[in-house]
Parts: sequence; C-alpha cells; structure tokens
Amino acid sequence: MTRLDRLVCGISYGSAILSASIVVLVLGFLIQESYPALAGVPAHRFVTDPGWYPKSDQYSMLPMIVATLVTSLGALVVATPLGLATAVYLRFYARGKLARFFQAMVELLGGVPSVVFGLWGMATLTPLIARLGGSGQNLLTATLILALMILPTIALTSFAAIVAVPHSQLQAAAALGLRRPAIIWRIVLPWASPGILTGMVLGLCRALGETMAVVMLAGNVVKIPDSLLSPGRTLTANIALELGYASRDHRSLLFVSGLLVLVVVTILVLLPNLWQRVRYAES
Amino acid sequence: MPKAKPKAAACELKLSPRKYWWLEVWVYGAVVLLGLVLCWLIGDILWRGLPQWSWAFFSTGPVDAGLGGGVAPILISSIAILLVTLVVSVPVALLTAIALTQATGRGRGGAFVVRRFVEVLAGVPSIVFGLFGNALFCVYLGWGYSILSGGLTMACMVLPLLIRTSEVAIRSVPIHYRQAAAALGLGPASTLFRVVLPAAMPSLMAGLVLSVGRALSETAALIFTSGYVTRMPESVWDSGRSLSVHVYDLAMNVAGGTSRSYASAAVLVGLILFINLVSRWMFFSTAHTRVPEVRLD
Repeated sequence: MTRLDRLVCGISYGSAILSASIVVLVLGFLIQESYPALAGVPAHRFVTDPGWYPKSDQYSMLPMIVATLVTSLGALVVATPLGLATAVYLRFYARGKLARFFQAMVELLGGVPSVVFGLWGMATLTPLIARLGGSGQNLLTATLILALMILPTIALTSFAAIVAVPHSQLQAAAALGLRRPAIIWRIVLPWASPGILTGMVLGLCRALGETMAVVMLAGNVVKIPDSLLSPGRTLTANIALELGYASRDHRSLLFVSGLLVLVVVTILVLLPNLWQRVRYAES
Repeated sequence: MPKAKPKAAACELKLSPRKYWWLEVWVYGAVVLLGLVLCWLIGDILWRGLPQWSWAFFSTGPVDAGLGGGVAPILISSIAILLVTLVVSVPVALLTAIALTQATGRGRGGAFVVRRFVEVLAGVPSIVFGLFGNALFCVYLGWGYSILSGGLTMACMVLPLLIRTSEVAIRSVPIHYRQAAAALGLGPASTLFRVVLPAAMPSLMAGLVLSVGRALSETAALIFTSGYVTRMPESVWDSGRSLSVHVYDLAMNVAGGTSRSYASAAVLVGLILFINLVSRWMFFSTAHTRVPEVRLD
C-alpha cells in the first residue's frame, strides 16, 4: 500500500460514514425539533383531542392520520393489479421494440414530477370526479393520482422479481403442457411473490410520503372523512400547508407529524429484508 | 420456491387449455388503460404548455405573480440549486460507492450497515427532508431560505440514488480488468483511477443524469429550504424559486394561474423526457447484458 492508496482508502471510508450518518442526522434533528411538543403534550391527546386547532391547544392528528391511511392504502389497492399486469406484460407478452418502448414509458412515468401529476389532476381529473358530487377535490381524486404515481415502483420491482424466476421452472411447466396464463398464475407469480410484496411496500412508502400531489388534489379540509368523496388533509399535506407560518409550539407539532411519517416509512423500508432473508434460509 | 409444487402442475393437465383466460384479459386491459392514461398525461401537459413558449417566456422575469412574463430567474435558480446539489453529492456518493465496493474482510460488516442506512435514507419522504433542511440549514446554521440551504437539502436527498447507481456501475466492470491491472503491478488506487472508473464512466454518468432528474422534479423539500422568491438570485445566499415550486405556486396560490402553470410544467416534462433519453442512451451504449426474452407459447 502506497501513501496514495491509504489516502484514497481513508477518504472513501470517511465518505461512507458521512453518507450513513445523514439518516441519523435527519432523525436527530426531527426528534430535537419535536421534543417540546412530545414533552409538553401527553401522547394520547394527539388522537383524542376534539380537533386540530394548534393555537387553542387542540392537537388531534386523527383526521390527518385517517386521510393518510385511506389515500395510501387506496392507492395501493388500485395500483397493485395494474402494476403487476404491467410487469407480466413486459416479461411474457411484449416483444422486441414494443417491450423496450413500453418499459421506457413506465420508467418515464416514474420520473414525472409530483407537481405535474398534481397540476394534471387539478385540470383534468377534478372536473370528472366533480360529476360524482362535491368539488372534485377529494380523497378519491388524490387516491387515483397517487395510484398512478406508485404504479411504476410496483411494476418495475415486480418485473425484477419475475425476471429472477429460474428458467428451468418455466421449461418444466411448459413441458407439462401448461399454457402461458397457467404458467404465469401458478408458477411465476407464486415464485415471485416476495419480490412483488417488496414492490408493494416500496409503493406504499412512496404514497405515504407523497406531499405535493395530495396538497393539490385532496381538498385539505381537516375532518375525519365519511366517504371517499369527502375532502381530507394528509399528515404530509398538513406540514406543507402550515410550516410556512407556524411559530414555536405549532412548528414543533408539525415536526411530530413528520417524525411519525418517518418512523412508519423506515419500518416499512426495513421490512422486506426480513422476508427476503427468511426465504433464503428456506431454499 | 415453496409454493410451485409439481402436484399443482399435474392437475393442470386434465383441465382445458382455456384455463386462466381471464389473466390475459387482465394483462391486456391494464396495459391498454395505462398506455392511454400515460399518453393523456404527457399529451395534455405538452398540448397546453408548448403553445405558451416563446423567446420572451425564457428571457424575462415573471410579472403579476407569474400570470404574465416568463421564467428566466426561476430557471437560473433551478440551475443554481442543481449545481450546489451535484457539487456536494457527487464526490461523496462516488467515494461511498468506492468504499462499498472495495470493502473486504471485516469491512464487509461495515458495508452492510452503511447499505442499510442508505436504504433507509432512500425511503425518507421529501417533505421530511424539507423539515430537516429547514431545521438544520435555515434555522440552526442561520442561512435562512437560500439556494445553498435548498441545494444541500437536495444533496442529502439524491445521495442514496447516486450511491446505488455508482455502486452498480463500479461492480459491473469485469473482474479481469482488475486482474490485468494487478498483473501489471498497479496498486489499488491506480487500478481504481486508471482502469475501473474510466471503464465504469458511462454507467456512472447515467446515474448522474437520473439524479439530475430527481433533483429537478423535487418540490416539497425545496419550498421550506430555498423558498419561493421570484427575483433573480445574486448569490447562493439568496432565496430562489425552483421550476417545480413555480408550477405548484401558480396552480395553487394564484387565482387563474392553472393554465399559465402548464407552460412551466411543459418545461419540466420536456427536461425529464430529455434526461430519460440521455440516460437510456448512455446506459445501453456500454457493454450491457439485457434480460433474454422468453417465449411461453
């Protein structure tokens, strides 16, 4: 090892530690900023207070938690069948140029900025949904656009899992006389299910954390929604709407909601490691 | 593969070949639906946005909160934020990727931990980065709403993507390149700089281009770090509004701004389209194994 080698080694290890420490920094600052609210308000009041009026000591985040769950899980329910079908199509149905073009289109969809989804939703989807009743800016609109946004994540992760199914499995199934749909349904999808589940979890993470499109489409009224057509405000949207003018305690409360989203997403991101490892242990 | 038992397959033989016909309906239906929605989205943005482009749109500043005028200062701010982001994140990400690929022996445990942390960082929602950037750069370090705060927040945000693409790029360099270098008596550092990195360069660039796309399309992390002042920025200490924040502000906070917002949205979509093409071209121009096609019928 020359001196140059040692230098490069030292700097690169330092960078790796720096990269890893950023997530600790993020968590640390969020905890520090939300500490006044966490210490000053008993935890149960975040769900049992009558409403969200931070200026008059009412800190219920329940309506926003419900809206976040409804839109994210709704988006997952809508996007999973479509994303899975896209992955199956890319692997087993599309051929040559068409396959590559369609894959490029799905990747492009994944790169479209969320404000563009929001703008498009406002201009085109909102008037259509308004025919069902209300102003058109409601949880249903937000859910549909969120589904479109997380579809590429689910499709591309599932595609990677489907590609990883051993060729021998497909050959064996074909040799037994199974047709394409049967092979896909009985062999490929069960085999790829852990990867597909990973894609769904990553999609859910993206939906939970999405802010701009939801701010622009969900209507932003703080109340527990009674139907999909009622407007709602998610936790992330609440941060984007109120951080600009929030003062001390109020600001701290917003950091609490950010911390809540961060913790949930972190647990979800680490989950797939669990079943992927279980699977390796089995085989 | 616990579930794909041959027993299930054997039963299948007795059934008609039309079994599971609904799967094809589902696949084709979903794909047609997705294709139509995609064309509608891209077409709508370009259709309503492109006609509003003109030379004046790109060379003048906004008037009436953006209802008139152009986006010149906003483009400059976007580029400035992007430059700050890349200047900080590219060296850190590249060196991290080098450390992750070089790690041997006891270093592997460390690499595992670093990978998990970076994975978690990749999942952090952008609004949380906004909160973090606001707390650290704007308030704690006292830089206020500035291009520097926004750029550094964004650097933290694109770091995971850059690290992952760089690591894949470095790993995809064939092992015999390293072996040949070692046989010629090159040390680890010279091998890295003279052999491995030049060979990985096209894929490294493809990753860089993807990160540019990610940074350009970000909004939530920038509103509360780089701010939304529409003046021409004079230094990195000034607040500057990025293109995506401009789209948001026009659509949400300016009455009647939606149609005007399309002009800026078309710029964003155009850039993203361009970036996708460039990264695709770079990625496939390298010696790269494509997934082999399978025919099941």
